[in-house]
Amino acid sequence: MELDALLLSRLQFAFVIAFHIMFPAFTIGLAAFLAVCEGLWLRTGHDVFKRLYLHWIKIFALAFAMGVVSGVVMSYQFGTNWSVFSEITGSVMGPLLGYEVLTAFFLEATFLGVMLFGWNKVGRKLHFFATCAVAFGTTMSAFWILSANSWMQTPAGFDIDPQTGNYFTVSWMEVIFTPSFPSRLVHMLLAAYTTTAAVVLAAGAWQVLKDRGSEPARWQIRMAAGTLALAMPVQIWAGHWSGEVAREYQPAKIAAVEGWCTSEAVQGTMIVAWPDASECGHSGITVPGTSKYLFAPLEDGDVLQGLDAFPASELPPVWPVFWGFRIMVGCGLGMLGLGIWGVVLWWRKRLDQKGLFHLAAVPGGAFGFIAVVSGWVVAEVGRQPYTVYGFLRTEDSLSPISAGQVATSLIVFMVVYAIIFTAGVVYMARIATRGFDDRPPGRPDRDRRAPGSPLGAVDEPAEAPDDIVAVD
Amino acid sequence: MSLDLPMIWAFILAIGVMMYVLLDGFDLGVGMLTFHARDDEERNMMTATIEPVWDGNETWLIIGGGGLFAAFPTAYAIIMPAFYLPVLMMLAALIFRGVAFEFRHKAVRPLTRRFWNGAFSGGSFVAAFSQGLMLGGMIQGISVEGGAFAGGAFDWLTPFTLLTGMSVVIGYILLGSCWLVLKTEGELFLRARKWGLAALGAVAICFLAVSLATLAIDSSIGDRWGFSMLHIDFATLLPLAPVPLTGMILCAWLARDLWMEPGIHAAPDWRPFLLAAGIFLSGYFGIGISLYPFIVPFEISIHEAAARDNALGFMLVGAAIMLPVILAYTAFVYRLFWGKVKPGDGYHA
Repeated sequence: MELDALLLSRLQFAFVIAFHIMFPAFTIGLAAFLAVCEGLWLRTGHDVFKRLYLHWIKIFALAFAMGVVSGVVMSYQFGTNWSVFSEITGSVMGPLLGYEVLTAFFLEATFLGVMLFGWNKVGRKLHFFATCAVAFGTTMSAFWILSANSWMQTPAGFDIDPQTGNYFTVSWMEVIFTPSFPSRLVHMLLAAYTTTAAVVLAAGAWQVLKDRGSEPARWQIRMAAGTLALAMPVQIWAGHWSGEVAREYQPAKIAAVEGWCTSEAVQGTMIVAWPDASECGHSGITVPGTSKYLFAPLEDGDVLQGLDAFPASELPPVWPVFWGFRIMVGCGLGMLGLGIWGVVLWWRKRLDQKGLFHLAAVPGGAFGFIAVVSGWVVAEVGRQPYTVYGFLRTEDSLSPISAGQVATSLIVFMVVYAIIFTAGVVYMARIATRGFDDRPPGRPDRDRRAPGSPLGAVDEPAEAPDDIVAVD
Repeated sequence: MSLDLPMIWAFILAIGVMMYVLLDGFDLGVGMLTFHARDDEERNMMTATIEPVWDGNETWLIIGGGGLFAAFPTAYAIIMPAFYLPVLMMLAALIFRGVAFEFRHKAVRPLTRRFWNGAFSGGSFVAAFSQGLMLGGMIQGISVEGGAFAGGAFDWLTPFTLLTGMSVVIGYILLGSCWLVLKTEGELFLRARKWGLAALGAVAICFLAVSLATLAIDSSIGDRWGFSMLHIDFATLLPLAPVPLTGMILCAWLARDLWMEPGIHAAPDWRPFLLAAGIFLSGYFGIGISLYPFIVPFEISIHEAAARDNALGFMLVGAAIMLPVILAYTAFVYRLFWGKVKPGDGYHA
């Protein structure tokens, strides 16, 4: 494979979007978690929820900043590297991104200021409103981005101008709500919630392991384990729903996901596979006959298409799709297991004693991120060789730029992201593991906040109960 | 009645870019001025004036990128590849600067702290400079063939674009200084006035130099203003003359405000910022007059680059509802954080 501008641009897009998606996935979930904590604090008056809020908002600020700066990159990438795609699809996809800016981006960015710096400047209800506005903004952002991306997966509602070759919209409802959109939006939002829950669980488990299990830490473990136990079964169902839609609209993607070599009426599930000299290029360990239970019954004479049903020019790269799917499912099952395990321990009142569960939950904090990135690999590499599935090929979407330019930018992004990712993760981990009421002895009180900023309130004595104003 | 949707969208985009220049302009300016901070305490004071609002400010940049994609895909498809490297420079700089807001408070060792402080001020400078390069690149024109960018990778790098790059840097420093006059007190307040005055002198020189150079670049710009070195067409020039004249008057007024000793008779602290914004506006209008009706200068007009009317109309519904809401809550947040920053306000997550 030659390192030309096309391949380099694809690598660059894959790299910057894989980097970016981790932060929105985390901040969508964390914003919802913060809104829940602040809401519970206002309603119940329990100090523990306030402490959770003021603790996680510090991590939120870091993650949000990294999400914003890597997101700005995305809004320019389409033009710098995929200008032909931009011009052809601009009248269809552009407004979806425009609506994201109008309904989501400004909302989150502006109210973030109130959320971070308005603690002592606005009333509690208004501050809670700001938190909810940020949480709502992040969710709306996901709505429009998933809408735009789903249109690229299962394009609908448009026509092609015969003179210019550019696309134009016939029905906005069909463009926004394409066949794959509902399942993919649910799948992504649940991915965000479970990813965050896994991180929150891991941070709490770490504190328990280090004998710093304070009350907020115990609460965050319960909330996170409960979320995982409840959301993961729904998530697995949503993922399957997404797969059913893809089987109908993108059968080549499913053939690659499943590793099916030939078209059959009944297919099995391949657990693992390895490349070999066989006709289809790989063989593996298969559980036979599973498609009867996994996919809706086929009409008479219909088959589940295998890789042999498509010419090579219509197939996505098989290995990233095949393994991306298995890694995603593996991490998902891991999170489901952690959730159930945690709830069982909770029920047996053994959740606060450190044990194997806490040891397993710490690396489990990465499961969500790994699943999100590998899941997007399945979705986007599986969309190849098209940018607009079935209509616009990737090779016909590229800007008139040189390989040298793209190589430069790819290296710059890799270096820049490596630096800020390392620093960001270190800083976030430092806060997350520090816990709630332990300060390393003898260390200066380094990041004490002034009045007006949330951290200042962290070490204040708990408020007297009569000071708490519940919402109702 | 049918609306001229491309013109409406050109107007909305122009407002969006102007909002970006004014809002992120002052916070990039403050970022560059942290070069001059005497110590961490002063640096924290300076960043505290912009921390609650920078995120919203930078979002207007997405209007520049995303809005151009949505409303003028053809222009977006030409301009972005043309400015591939300056866009990259700007993005890398904004990344460093954006995370530095948070990271510089988190760094424990003096070395990493210094690194993020440097990333903050250096990133602000490079971002401003690349925006100036792109502005110059736009004014000098982009080479287009068959509806696609047909120039070289370094077309944007000329003496003229270096001049516009420096002009934007100095202009943002002026905005940043005036913002600090508005938001700080004591020693820093007095120093900010001095920085503002120095920047203003440089801005006036840049204003003149860029204007003259622009007239020399393309004869159509001179014709637009009715002005060349050898000939003046008063019928064309006079109706347009208020734009540069206003700029000059505002420069003089701002110089007076910053020069006067602070005291009872001095200008209110908000006025320098308003005047500096006015100077920017007159420059912005001037560029608009020079380039209209092109969106890719001298090649593609606003109408030629526009998306389909049904796309523009669909978005206009959203913009008509959301833009006033956005402006309202932006104003609310600015009001909330109105007033001088007190020492210590800056320590932060």
